[in-house]
Amino acid sequence: MTITLNGAKREFPGTLTLPDLLEAVGLGGKPVVVEHNQTALLPREIATTVVKDSDVIEIVQITAGG
Amino acid sequence: MSDLSNAELQRYARHLAIPEFGIEAQRKLKAARVLCIGAGGLGSPITMYLAAAGVGKIGLVDADVVEISNLQRQVLFGQDDLGRPKLEAARDRLLGINPHLELQTYAERFTAANAMRIAADYDVIIDGTDNFPTRYLSNDVSVWLKKPNVYGSILRFEGQVGVFAPHLGAPCYRCMSPQPPAPGLVPSCAEGGVLGVLPGLIGTMQALEAIKLITGIGQPLLGKLLHVDTLGLRFRTFTLRRDSECPVCGENPTITEPIDYEGFCGIQPELKVKTISVRELHALREKGDNHFLLDVREPDEYAKAHIEGSVLIPLGEVTVRAGELPRDKPLYVHCKMGGRSAKAVAALEALGFTNAVNVTGGITAWSDEVDAGVARY
Repeated sequence: MTITLNGAKREFPGTLTLPDLLEAVGLGGKPVVVEHNQTALLPREIATTVVKDSDVIEIVQITAGG
Repeated sequence: MSDLSNAELQRYARHLAIPEFGIEAQRKLKAARVLCIGAGGLGSPITMYLAAAGVGKIGLVDADVVEISNLQRQVLFGQDDLGRPKLEAARDRLLGINPHLELQTYAERFTAANAMRIAADYDVIIDGTDNFPTRYLSNDVSVWLKKPNVYGSILRFEGQVGVFAPHLGAPCYRCMSPQPPAPGLVPSCAEGGVLGVLPGLIGTMQALEAIKLITGIGQPLLGKLLHVDTLGLRFRTFTLRRDSECPVCGENPTITEPIDYEGFCGIQPELKVKTISVRELHALREKGDNHFLLDVREPDEYAKAHIEGSVLIPLGEVTVRAGELPRDKPLYVHCKMGGRSAKAVAALEALGFTNAVNVTGGITAWSDEVDAGVARY
């Protein structure tokens, strides 16, 4: 399956849940803001979101530095 | 509405020349009270630009002194300020920029005990803090006091800005991030580093958002998170949604007063154990004092650097190997910085040791203050 992640095409085998994807890109357990096919997700919606072929996903990690 | 003196009319001439801004917006700025939490990388441009722009009153919260590693990005301070309390140096700089400013300084940490009292006097709260617990606190207080919270954060080459304001229909920080990361998972600027110019970019945008909120001009970043990746100079705007189940701004809030924010973020309180400074320990060794020096770091760290005469038992083995340790003479315990050795002392005390003492600052302080021949790593 091919998805567009933060503007770049990425290949992943089979289907994934969004938490699987976050884990795969090193963001597991980290606070993130996600847009899935141009739709903003609430943090509690991340766990139940399934990623499909051709999906467009934007992710940003929340940091706290100042 | 505040009147402007002739001196102020001259000072703000370039504002007054903008038809959409004019004297009404300038008067609103003069009447405004803005609280900036943190006088660091973000707090520098935030307060300097807001002071210059004519904000009437700025409150600034910070308990630190100026350190050499601040100067790469904290443009509020200069070489001559090293060692000065940040707020003293900030007062000189900000009143130097604009003598019409009323500056209220709070030389204390922003905590659950003082946050509501401090924030109550302000119209806009700007979050320039550097850690997760204070960010949750800053958010919660802003929600309860119904004040917009202008958020900004930075790390390495990336930064983000947004305005949280449930009382204006926008989400709060907890809607975006209800759970803090486990301690250590997301580095701080001290741990992960930050490009010096980045807080300039993000902090000025926070100052801009504050000015828009105060004057009513333009569209503040309500319900949005602007993310900046400086390496690609790529700006992305994420939409944020308000969560009706948010524990602070939702329909049935469960958090209605300040909580233990350190605990919420999984940070253990500092252990209360007996301590000795590296200088005191050095003086005892010079006198030939009879004691036992225990090093609780890992073997690879010991190989890099150790204090002569110390005995290595890694923290994870201290309890099972406690039989190797004396109870009849002082037992000084050190690690790299003092954190692991504090745990070791607490563990030994739980086993009945009354002679265990933590060496504050560990081998790093030893290298800095006693023996530069011991390598820092």
